[in-house]
Amino acid sequence: MAAGRAVAQEVQITSTGARRVDLKTKLLTVFVVVTNVLGNFSMSWGMKHQATDLGWAPLGYIRLIFTPWVLLGTTLLILWLLSRMTLLGWADLSYVLPMTSIGYVLSAVLGKVFFGELVTWQRWLGTSFIVVGIVFVGLTAANTTRQEPAR
Amino acid sequence: MVGIIVGSTVLADLLQSFEMKRHTVAVEDLRPGRVAGMLARLARRVPLVVAVFFMAVSFFAFMKLLSVADLSFAVPVTAASVALETVLARLILKEKVTALRWAGALSVACGVALLAM
Repeated sequence: MAAGRAVAQEVQITSTGARRVDLKTKLLTVFVVVTNVLGNFSMSWGMKHQATDLGWAPLGYIRLIFTPWVLLGTTLLILWLLSRMTLLGWADLSYVLPMTSIGYVLSAVLGKVFFGELVTWQRWLGTSFIVVGIVFVGLTAANTTRQEPAR
Repeated sequence: MVGIIVGSTVLADLLQSFEMKRHTVAVEDLRPGRVAGMLARLARRVPLVVAVFFMAVSFFAFMKLLSVADLSFAVPVTAASVALETVLARLILKEKVTALRWAGALSVACGVALLAM
């Protein structure tokens, strides 16, 4: 009941227009998710196929960065870093974190499809929780620390 | 390893959010001809440089974790920071975290924990 009232109030607030999530914030959120998921996937693919114990020596990591898949992953993760920094200027941290967490679900799906990793019922349940959480947070105003969204 | 990743991620996110709110990047700055200038301006901001350092620590710890754990474990388990960062966003960044946003963040945190099982 209380949750239902909270949803109704929040929808009312966001539907006033001034604090609604604008298109550029939505598009940048999608870009952040895509670069993160593909970046992590490329990194993981490269790491799995490298199949050596890295230990703690920095040189091993630096050499690894210049292998093709890890290089692609690193490039995508740099793009993710910069786009996420920009997004954090446009929206709250407490908005960005849950909204971009769909990436965890997509990573799990890629893990199952390409690496044959086991996806148990707990993981499907976890996926459902994440989707519900994203819907909840998506109904809230993206930026609560400034009145007008940045241009 | 997970503790290093979470701790450095939390610090990096708080610093980034704080600094990027003070100096927001405009849409026009994302155009190809202006990106270099925008990056140069970002590189001069000390809190962002410190944030990138913590992200680098998190990145290399994450690489180490990926070499010994499944992707479907490594990615979700590092998201233990979601609930912690929401609390700190409310306390430090003074964001307005409504009941609905709390519910969403907790739901995501629970989901991430289940994904890691």
